[in-house]
Amino acid sequence: MLYQDTVESEVLVHKPWFIAAVFAVVLAVFMLFNLTGTTFGEFMRPVIGDPEQSGLYGRFAIAFMITVVFCLNVVFIAFAPLKVQVGIVWLELLLLFLAFFDSFNLSLPFISENLPYLITQGVVTTIYVSAISLVFASMIAIIAAVAKLSSNGFAYAIASFYTSFFRGLPLLMQIYLIYLGLPQLGIIMDAVPSGILALSLCVGAYMTEIFRAGIQSIDRGQWEASRSMGFGFGLTMRRIILPQALPVIIPPMGNMFISMLKDSSLVSVLGVWELTFLARTIGQPTFHHMEMLITAAIIYWIMSACLEVAQSRLERHFARSKVR
Amino acid sequence: MSVNNLSQLNGLTGNTPLHAVSAHHAPVTSISESLGQMSAEKIIEATNVSKWYGSFRVLTEINLTVRKGERIVICGPSGSGKSTLIRCFNRLEAHQQGDIIVNGIRLHDKMRNVTDVRKNVGMVFQHFNLFPHMTVLMNCMAAPMWIKGVSEAEARKTAMRFLERVRIPEQANKYPAQLSGGQQQRVAIARSLCMEPAVMLFDEPTSALDPEMVSEVLETMTSLARDGMTMVCVTHEMGFARAVADRVIFMDSGKIVEEGAPNDFFTNPQHARTKLFLSQILSH
Ligand SMILES: Nc1ncnc2c1ncn2[C@@H]1O[C@H](COP(=O)(O)OP(=O)(O)O)[C@@H](O)[C@H]1O
Ligand SMILES: [Mg+2]
Repeated sequence: MLYQDTVESEVLVHKPWFIAAVFAVVLAVFMLFNLTGTTFGEFMRPVIGDPEQSGLYGRFAIAFMITVVFCLNVVFIAFAPLKVQVGIVWLELLLLFLAFFDSFNLSLPFISENLPYLITQGVVTTIYVSAISLVFASMIAIIAAVAKLSSNGFAYAIASFYTSFFRGLPLLMQIYLIYLGLPQLGIIMDAVPSGILALSLCVGAYMTEIFRAGIQSIDRGQWEASRSMGFGFGLTMRRIILPQALPVIIPPMGNMFISMLKDSSLVSVLGVWELTFLARTIGQPTFHHMEMLITAAIIYWIMSACLEVAQSRLERHFARSKVR
Repeated sequence: MSVNNLSQLNGLTGNTPLHAVSAHHAPVTSISESLGQMSAEKIIEATNVSKWYGSFRVLTEINLTVRKGERIVICGPSGSGKSTLIRCFNRLEAHQQGDIIVNGIRLHDKMRNVTDVRKNVGMVFQHFNLFPHMTVLMNCMAAPMWIKGVSEAEARKTAMRFLERVRIPEQANKYPAQLSGGQQQRVAIARSLCMEPAVMLFDEPTSALDPEMVSEVLETMTSLARDGMTMVCVTHEMGFARAVADRVIFMDSGKIVEEGAPNDFFTNPQHARTKLFLSQILSH
């Protein structure tokens, strides 16, 4: 929550001039589009007659209708308590998206036929590739962050070269480099381990900076107190500094986790049977591209949403020592 | 506050509403006299200590011995090197010249056993530096458990004993942010005491506190002193210095300018710099 002043502010959307302004803007925007050929036109047939023939009148009637619904919606939602507001808006947006997907005329039987395999093979692979990479990336990141903060020139040089290199190259390139390049050095790895290695190294490089910033955000006095009590470096880091850095680290880490979940789709170029790979290979031969792509998209979204929930749980957990 | 200090300095014992500190005046002095300081073992021994920050000399040939049971107050203008000096005593800062021996261990660059020193030297900071992610109780239990390896039950017992000692056992399960400044500082004192250190270092423990909280912390420190704790306090609380200190040390520009028993120090300062400082601090 942002800082909230105690001065009562008036609800903007309950002011007539504001509603009028919103009404005008929305109406103008929808007048720009000719929606007579769409479902909206069909829906308004009783009023405007044949949508194709209705011309400017039909266009105006549709835009007017949409605007009225929109404005009523906004005004009514403003009366609801916060939680209800959030719920309603989420639901509405979700329905809009479903309606949008529905407009592709997807074949539902095809989806339900392939969904189990998409999940047992694709989702499982995606999750385990991401999860293992996450663990490795976090370990790499802590070590590299400490190295970057150390006064040891050697450690600093290696860590900064590492972050620079792996943040600087496209992930796809890294994946190819590791899969095709390492055999040159006599190291032959399967597709899955190569993918995991590439993901760990790349995400680890980004996480290094997150950890470094988190560690640096802790007041010097914490180090001094800890060291003055006789705690060594490792103990101080583990028990004093990192636990305090975690609340700072968690939001950007949530970002990292989510984007990594989706970046794991890049290892499909190595022929790893993860979600994106399966969605494409199942959809292609039968020309059911959109079915599989949209299904995969929604699955990615659901997985990300789970991570978001986990993130907000964690944030709440760590906020407990901040209470006054 | 300043009125109280002045009245003490002038030797007035009238009906001015004195600090809690002055109530302990008599017993403290009598303890220190009965200790027979010269024979007691040396806890801290600094000889010819010098320290530089780059080319800037912070400490110049400091000589200071702290014996068991002694209470020393260090004062001086801001930037004179008081914090730096006491932070050298537990090696939060490194000195470049001279010798510091703490509890029989010589502090130097290559020492591997700095923990042996630090676990016997408690330190209380101006800004408390409690661990905000741990409860008050855990703050006090951490060091005994992790450094001394005592059991959790025993650490809890020790912690509660010292929290009672600083009179806030009822706050044990709160987080530091839920406590007032004075309470936090008393927790910080209890946290150090839990290691049962040979000496306690205080770096301006009351200067970040609101005036009405100063006395509760000073009271705690006074009662520690009464129980014979060896203490080195950097503080500008002259009432406390007068009531508790065996010796007052005045520092300026990294040197010890003057040192003496509180009575002589306050009533008859020798150096012009000391006089100026005392007049400034007592007349604000
Ligand atoms: N890390 C540092 N680097 C450079 N100069 C410092 C550092 N810490 C302290 N100083 C300087 O050393 C002097 C003594 O500081 P300090 O011991 O904190 O003084 P005091 O505690 O008496 O106010 C000051 O002039 C301060 O500016
Ligand atoms: Mg200081």
